[in-house]
Amino acid sequence: MIRVNELSKNFGLRKAIDNISFEARQGEILGFLGPNGAGKTTTMRILTGYMPPSSGEATIAGYDVVTESLEVRKRVGYLPETVPLYTDMTVFGYLKFMSDLRHLPNAEERVEETLEMVGLLDRAEGYIGNLSKGMRQRVGLAQALLHRPEVLILDEPTIGLDPAQIIEVRNVIREVGKERTVMLSTHILSEAQQLCDRILIINKGKIVAEDTPENLQARLTGAERVHMRVRGEVAELAEKIGQMKGIQEVQPKEEGALEFQFAPGQDLRPEVARLVVQSNYDLLEMRSVNLSLEEIFLQLTRDEAAMEVNEE
Amino acid sequence: MRNIWTIAKREFTNYFTSPIAYTVAFLFLAIIGLIFVLNLSYYTSNPFGYADAPDTRMVTGPMAFLLILAVPALTMRLLADEVRMGTMELLLTAPVRDFELVTGKWLGAFLFMLVLIAITLVFPFLLDQLVRPGIDQVLMVSGYLGIVLTTAALLALGVGFSAMFSNQVAAFFATISVFVVLWWLIGAPAGILPVGGDFFRYLDLSSQVYDNFNEGILKLSSIIYFLSLTSLGLLIGTTSVEIRRWK
Repeated sequence: MIRVNELSKNFGLRKAIDNISFEARQGEILGFLGPNGAGKTTTMRILTGYMPPSSGEATIAGYDVVTESLEVRKRVGYLPETVPLYTDMTVFGYLKFMSDLRHLPNAEERVEETLEMVGLLDRAEGYIGNLSKGMRQRVGLAQALLHRPEVLILDEPTIGLDPAQIIEVRNVIREVGKERTVMLSTHILSEAQQLCDRILIINKGKIVAEDTPENLQARLTGAERVHMRVRGEVAELAEKIGQMKGIQEVQPKEEGALEFQFAPGQDLRPEVARLVVQSNYDLLEMRSVNLSLEEIFLQLTRDEAAMEVNEE
Repeated sequence: MRNIWTIAKREFTNYFTSPIAYTVAFLFLAIIGLIFVLNLSYYTSNPFGYADAPDTRMVTGPMAFLLILAVPALTMRLLADEVRMGTMELLLTAPVRDFELVTGKWLGAFLFMLVLIAITLVFPFLLDQLVRPGIDQVLMVSGYLGIVLTTAALLALGVGFSAMFSNQVAAFFATISVFVVLWWLIGAPAGILPVGGDFFRYLDLSSQVYDNFNEGILKLSSIIYFLSLTSLGLLIGTTSVEIRRWK
């Protein structure tokens, strides 16, 4: 659906994106992760036909973003980072205007359906200027969804929202992402992890990693880590777990907690749980430790920074 | 075509909620009305008795000049404000060609101005009731045609300059500077140069209005002048939008 090949964009001497290539398939939610100024917005602006690249090529649904820009724009829904809204229009008026620009048949029905999707039907007649930030974000999302695009490009869709709104927006994205291609940028790792099928990590205009959230995590730690809590003393139990085949490391913690680690791909949690029960312990809690994506991110982006310092 | 109309329609309705547009409309109509009343009282109170019957030039003449001031105030916002609000990104990623965007903006403003110009028809109508055997209708039609063409050309230039700037005030001053050049300065060499004076007289906007349309003289070359100026303005606008993409 999205195919990007050796794409670069220079602003003067600065390389905003530097020779990046990636693909996104239909029905895939692709996360674009990176610190501020990494080139996420620039990439998205090129894909949506807002600006041309300096070199390289990109196609969406087989159409070139430069030479067949209008065809691309018909098939893409885009939510820019600064949600572009006419504050002096009503929600309905704004979406009707955008539907007309896209030549949608039965525009009024379509607007209502879309407002229902984002949960704003009751605010249709309200002025955009009077809406809260979260609601504006949803109006922007509605605008991107109006024409039921094949490809949805969302630049930081949950920024500035409260936790409840974030969950709502994520649910909409997840729903939409089932049959469409979604590309979303974020600098919140847990968001990328929860929503995305695949993550691209970009830093200083270059893609530094590309994989599924699980694999990225495994790649950094080289292991999967599980946190467990039982009733009672854990020292003896820790020893038993340590003797199991495939367990790499066991760390007893205070108050009946312990953490163990095994190689990615071979899930040892059921075996460990069985062992706990057979050893007459009460198993209270068992969960994966998910902080490692944060660590990956920092490590990948820090390495780059460190290398640059060395070069200088 | 449809996109041009969609954009024009939004822009046109937008003017009716804009304080600047209301101010411009009020001043435009009030000044023309005032000049009309002053002219009438001049004719009626002239002790020597006036030979010529008053005609519609006393409406179309000042109106042409007022356009120089009214147009920049109406066009400054058109594209500059889209850039400021970030909605330019929306329009430039919608399936709309750059020239459709610029032309739509121009058409919206043009329709609004046409409403104002239509309202001023009340003055020729009043005059027609006052003088016998009625006003010179050829002069009126020609004068108004000149006004409509001038409006089209000035608005196009205004839209063009609005596209160059992301600040309305900058757009306003750039536009009005160009109008000053077109209205006063560009014709100046006509009186000085030994040869080629006609060329500069042709480029002179005020001469095109006052020497031709306002005197009831319709020339193809004058119509071409205004249509060229309109196209130039829209071209400047489209090019500026395109340049904005590359930046």
